[in-house]
Amino acid sequence: MGWESWLISTFARALAYGTPLLLGTLGEIYAERAGVLNLGIEGMMIMGAYSAFVVSYKTGHPWLGILVAAMVGGVFSLIHAFASITLKANQVVSGLALTMLGLGLAGVLGRSMVGTPLFTSLHRITVPGLSTIPIIGPGFFTHQNLLVYITMLLVLILWYILFHTRVGITIRAVGESPETADSLGVNVARVRYLCVVVGGIFAGVAGAYLSVGYRPAWTEGMTGGMGWIVIALTIFAFWNPIYGLLGSYFFASLYHLSYRLQAWISPELLKAMPYVFAIIILILVSRGTVQKRRGAPAALTIPYTRGEE
Amino acid sequence: MKRIERLALLKVEKRPVPSGHVILSVSILAILAALVVVAIFFASYGTSPFRAYGAIIKGAFGSWQGFSETLRRMIPLLLCGVGLTVAFRALFWNIGADGQLLFGAIAATWVALFSGLHGPVVIPMMFLAGFAAGALWGVIPAVLKVKMRINDVITTLMMNYIAMYIVLYLIHGPWKGPSVRGYPLTDIFSPAAQLPTIGNTHVHWPTLLLGLFLALAAYIMLNRSKSGFEIQVVGENPHAARFAGISELKTTVTAMLTSGGLAGLAGVGEVAGVHLRLFDPNQISMGYGYTAIIVAWLARKNPLAVIVTSFFFGVLMAGGDVIKVNLGLPFQLINMFNGVIMFFLIGSEIFMRYRITLRRK
Repeated sequence: MGWESWLISTFARALAYGTPLLLGTLGEIYAERAGVLNLGIEGMMIMGAYSAFVVSYKTGHPWLGILVAAMVGGVFSLIHAFASITLKANQVVSGLALTMLGLGLAGVLGRSMVGTPLFTSLHRITVPGLSTIPIIGPGFFTHQNLLVYITMLLVLILWYILFHTRVGITIRAVGESPETADSLGVNVARVRYLCVVVGGIFAGVAGAYLSVGYRPAWTEGMTGGMGWIVIALTIFAFWNPIYGLLGSYFFASLYHLSYRLQAWISPELLKAMPYVFAIIILILVSRGTVQKRRGAPAALTIPYTRGEE
Repeated sequence: MKRIERLALLKVEKRPVPSGHVILSVSILAILAALVVVAIFFASYGTSPFRAYGAIIKGAFGSWQGFSETLRRMIPLLLCGVGLTVAFRALFWNIGADGQLLFGAIAATWVALFSGLHGPVVIPMMFLAGFAAGALWGVIPAVLKVKMRINDVITTLMMNYIAMYIVLYLIHGPWKGPSVRGYPLTDIFSPAAQLPTIGNTHVHWPTLLLGLFLALAAYIMLNRSKSGFEIQVVGENPHAARFAGISELKTTVTAMLTSGGLAGLAGVGEVAGVHLRLFDPNQISMGYGYTAIIVAWLARKNPLAVIVTSFFFGVLMAGGDVIKVNLGLPFQLINMFNGVIMFFLIGSEIFMRYRITLRRK
């Protein structure tokens, strides 16, 4: 019976820990598809986590918290959009600045509430019917919160939009060849702004998931580097929402499984595992991309100026 | 047609190379603007911005003790910042100075406590080992980038976290000092492994001198030597570099050996000059590696200018400590400060790269 409970707990943890990673990755995929690298995920996530926590704490409505977190994430990402699109500033530095700002601001604002638990967190649900399937049922459909399933749905929607609609073609064109898109009458700056804001909204919700769902409380720096793992997962996913889902869940299950090594490896080194995995995953992916050239959007990190070069 | 006529009135031209005068005035304006934004934040927090800035300046300059704290913060920022100018010139995004600093601290601790060395060789060996360890931690992402095209931002960042957990592992496990009664600390270093300081302060002057000397050396290396030239070419135009037969691997590795090594030296200074043991990684590095990014950026990748910018951020950090204690403001304020300054810096760059003038007939 041992392996069954292993499998069930791995599935369940993959969903629970993978969902915030997936949310962040979905948003970053959209921003990068339009040609804007946003290293500010960590900062937007922590701002989302904090605002969702505060709103849920004060009003008792976790969904309202999530909504506010989405707005905060979106507004916060506008700073990066303005710097990198309008001012054509360096995207790496601007994203880092956004992360610093977010970590600092959330730390300052949330100082008085550190360690406060949240009693009005997201309800966990068990899907009737599906949860009775052996292994799959308890693994995927038992005791998860609704956001987990909404995120799965969003993966399909975002994938469809990106690859099967005009909007998606426009976004990808802006990221691959902004000159061409521009000559076809696309407003490059507007598309990029929208995609960065979408990325911010998703990062905000990812943070909200942490503070009102995953671990209902406010703790300083509770995103703990997840925003950076999101950046790695975006590459791992080849900028495709479906692979983003697979990557996030795969990463989360690896993380969970590494805790099985507790008997042999010290807890401090185990905590370093996600970061080691992220590097290993990138090494594995790089072997594929170099040959197939299925790389990043061609105009990623390059600001667009009409009629230049 | 009309549009073209209107556009013709405004002339936006690329400035070929902005003059030092332009860079300086734009940078100063950017910092002032950032200070105004943070002042608004102070005000909304119920603290008079004048009082807050007054306290920062008084804290950083008002007494010898305060000034010594400024210098103490400046030392790691100087070393990391000089290293980062070299990495940034090669267009290598080394966000990992924090981890490289910690690796330097680990190596120095090993020399001090476990190598069995005694006497006057200990300190030079600590610096050597610290440089080597920081360089090693910096070269790994360099090789990954050149050989496998793996994003340098991510690897250097991930390696910060890995280094932090390795330090935590060491101080909770094998290196936990027998004399510290269960706390996660190593034993204190023997006097032979402690750096001399100025009077009663934490200013370990040998590291400060080393930093100043290396700033000059890096300046000469970047501007006068062949490898400096190669770094510049790889950073500005990798295609041209390949064409000219410059090895990207060799150049990137050289840049990151320097960058990581200098951050490693900063780590040696922190454990051998300030804390005298290895303990909580967040207290050893205190985000020096991240702040050093702004230090290097503000210095426009010029190692000599890092002397000034690292001093400026030393003031902010030391002053930030004072307002934390005196005005009860949270320490994360310094992170906010950094973020805002960085935004204004990069935002202001458009004024350096472009000159916008009105065309007259």
